[in-house]
Amino acid sequence: MTGTTGTMTERCLVLWCPDWPVRAAAAEADLDPAAPLALVEHGVVHACSAAARAAGVQRGLKVREAQSRCASLTVLPLEPAVDARRFEPVLAALEAGIPTVQVVRPGLVVIRAAGPARFFGGEESAAGEALHLLAEAGVPDARAGVADGPFTAEQAARATDAGRTIRVVPAGASADFLAPLPVSVLGMPALVGLLARLGVRTLGAFAALPEASVRDRFGPEGEAAHRVAAGLDPRRVVARVVPADRDRRQAFEPPLERIDQIAFGLKRTAEAFLEALAGDLLVCTALTVELVPERGAPHRRTWLHPRSFTPLDVIDRVRWQLAAAELAAPVAEVVLHPEAVDEAAHHEQGLWGGGPGERIHHALSRVQSLLGHEAVLTAQPSGGRLAADRTVLAPWGEQRTPPRPPGAPWPGRLPGFVPTAVLGDRPPVVVQDPAGRDVAVDDRDAISGPPALLVAPGRPATRIEGWAGPWPLEERWWDPAAAVRLHRMQVACADGSAWLLARDATGWWAEARYD
Amino acid sequence: MAALQARIAAMQARTLGARTLPTDPAVAPLLPGGALRSGVAYAAPGSLALAMLLLAGPSAAGAWVGVVGIPEFGAEAAAELGVALDRLVLVPSPGEHWLSVTAQLAEVLPVVLVRPPARGASPSETARLASRLRQRDATLLVAGEWSGAEATLTATGGSWAGIGTGWGYLAARELDVVTTVREVRTRHRVRIETGFRPFVPAAPAAPVRPRPVAVPAMEAAE
Repeated sequence: MTGTTGTMTERCLVLWCPDWPVRAAAAEADLDPAAPLALVEHGVVHACSAAARAAGVQRGLKVREAQSRCASLTVLPLEPAVDARRFEPVLAALEAGIPTVQVVRPGLVVIRAAGPARFFGGEESAAGEALHLLAEAGVPDARAGVADGPFTAEQAARATDAGRTIRVVPAGASADFLAPLPVSVLGMPALVGLLARLGVRTLGAFAALPEASVRDRFGPEGEAAHRVAAGLDPRRVVARVVPADRDRRQAFEPPLERIDQIAFGLKRTAEAFLEALAGDLLVCTALTVELVPERGAPHRRTWLHPRSFTPLDVIDRVRWQLAAAELAAPVAEVVLHPEAVDEAAHHEQGLWGGGPGERIHHALSRVQSLLGHEAVLTAQPSGGRLAADRTVLAPWGEQRTPPRPPGAPWPGRLPGFVPTAVLGDRPPVVVQDPAGRDVAVDDRDAISGPPALLVAPGRPATRIEGWAGPWPLEERWWDPAAAVRLHRMQVACADGSAWLLARDATGWWAEARYD
Repeated sequence: MAALQARIAAMQARTLGARTLPTDPAVAPLLPGGALRSGVAYAAPGSLALAMLLLAGPSAAGAWVGVVGIPEFGAEAAAELGVALDRLVLVPSPGEHWLSVTAQLAEVLPVVLVRPPARGASPSETARLASRLRQRDATLLVAGEWSGAEATLTATGGSWAGIGTGWGYLAARELDVVTTVREVRTRHRVRIETGFRPFVPAAPAAPVRPRPVAVPAMEAAE
C-alpha cells in the first residue's frame, strides 16, 4: 500500500522539531537552548527545554513550583507569533527540497509520503533527506515518522529517540503500533477522562470497542477519535499554497511630476497587474497604491471597490491619490499591491447586464473620475449631539462604520425638529438683546438678556420671536484636542427662519438652520 | 379622505401618458395633477424641508435619489422626513460641473435634487437638460428658480410652534407654499409635526421619534 487508491488513509511523513517554542524563544532572546528554559502562559509552564525537564519541570506546572524545582530556570513568556516567524525560514528551506508541506503548527509539519518516497527511493531515505534539510536549516535534532495517516505518523515521530531519529511504521501496521499507547495522546481531555473512568486506558482497548457503541455513547467526535485510534485516520494532507507575489511596480526614470504623465505611464502596468490576476481567475477588490517620491517618505493608501477594479479604475485611484498626496518630490516609482482579491466567478456580469445597481455604479464612478473620489458621498446615521456629528459621509464605494453608535441614547441631543441645513463652516452670527448689547452666557449657564435680534452673514437682520435655551453641552473634556464646550440655543425669527445657534469661546455661530 | 383624494388625483394625472411617481401625501395637493410626474422639472425655492418632502415619496417607494450642489443638506433630517439613506447619493460641491453632473445622475437616478449656483443655467443648457429628463423619464427638483419648471413651489414663510421666549423647543411648523403653474398661483399651508412630547408624564420611557407628520395641505385664501 504505497498510494492513496483504495485505502482510507494515505502514507504520511511527519517531521517534528522537539521543543520548538523553546528553541524559537531562546533564539529570540539570544539564550542557549541547552540551558534550563521554560515558556509561561497565564502563570503556568507551557513548554520547557530538555535541561529543565531533566530537573523535574513539566508542562502545566505553576511558575513558582517550577522555579523551586529548578533554581536556575529562565522563564520566558509564550509568544506564538515568534514561533511562527522563526519557523518560516526553516519551512522555506524544507520546501526547497520537498514541496507540498502542510504545517500543523510551528515545529510540526506533515508531508504526503508517496511523492518523496518515490523520488528518494524509499520512505526511510525520504525521511532521512528531510531531516538533512532541517539540519541544514538549523534544526539538528528533528525527528521523522512515517505511517498511515497524520496521527499515526506523528506518534511514530514522537516514539523516536536521539539515537534513532526515524521511525517507519509499515503500511497496515498502524493499529498494532498505536495499541499500547495511552489514550491521552488523542489530545481530547474530556473524552480521555471519561475513557479512563470506564477502564479504557490504551488506544488498543479503545479501538477494540464496537464502532456502533462508541458512536452511540460518545457522538461523532468520539467516533472520529475511535477511527484514529484504530489507525484509520481519514484526514488528508493539504499542502500549503505560497501566495504568489502579485505586486506590480512601475519605475519612472527620470521621475515624473505631472499627474497625467504618471497616469499615462501607468496604463500598461495597471492592465498587466489585473491581467495577471485574471490569469488565476481572480479579481482585485481592494488595492493599495504606494507612491514613492524621489526623496522623502512613500505615500500609501488603500482603496476599496464595491465590485472589482478595472484598469481605468486603478488609474483613477492613482490620480486621486497623486492629487491629494502633495508629494515634495517627483514620483520615481508607483507600486500596485492587491490588498484583497476574490474569485472572478463571483463578479461576472449576468447575461443581461447587472441590473439597475450596475448602471448607477457606472454613472457615479464617472462623476468620481470627473470630480474626485471624495466628491460623491453616501450618508449613514451616526451617534452624537452636534448636528454635524449625527451623520457620517463616506465616498461612494467605501464602507465606513459609524464612529459613534447611532442607537445609543445620546443624552443632551436636541429634541424636536432635526435641522435640514447643517452648516459645516460655522458662520459667525451676532445675537443682541433689546438694548442692542451682545447676548452672553455666564458660568452658571444664565443668559445676560433675552435675545431679540439676529444678524447672520448674507442675510438682513431679523427680529427673534421665539427662543429656547441656552443648553450647555460639554463633551470629551478629558481630551483637549476633541473637547467640546458650548451653549446652544434654538431661535425662531420674524422672517420665518429658525436657527440652531451655538456659543463657545469664539462667540456665537450658526450650527444649523431649519430651512 | 384627503389621502384618498390625492390618490384619485394621481391616477387621473395619467391622461397624457405621463408617468407619475409615488408622492408623499403631505405635498401631493401642492402639485398639479396631485403627484410628481417623471420627465419634468419642479422648482422648490425657499425651503429645504419642502424639497426633502418631495424626495421622500419616491425614495420611500424604492427609488434612488441624488442631491447635487447642496453642501449643507441635512441627511438626518431627510431620513426623518422619509428619505431612505441607503438610496441617497450626495454630490455636495460639483463646482462648475454642476450641470453635467446633474445630467449624468439623471441618466440613472429617477429623482435628482439640485441647487444651481447663483448665475443659474442658460436657456440652451436648460433645454438640453429638459430633453435629457424627458428621454430618461427622470424628475428634476430644483432648490431655486428654474425656467421651464412644471410647477414652482415657493415657500414664502411660515410659523413655528412649541417654542416660547426662553422655554420649549421647535416642535411643529407651518409652511406657507405658493404653487405657480403657468402664471396661476394657489396658496397652501403644510403642517409638519415631530410628534415628540417630552413633557407628557405618560410618554414611554424610550424616546420614540416618529417621522414628522405632514398633514395634507389645505387651500388658503388668497
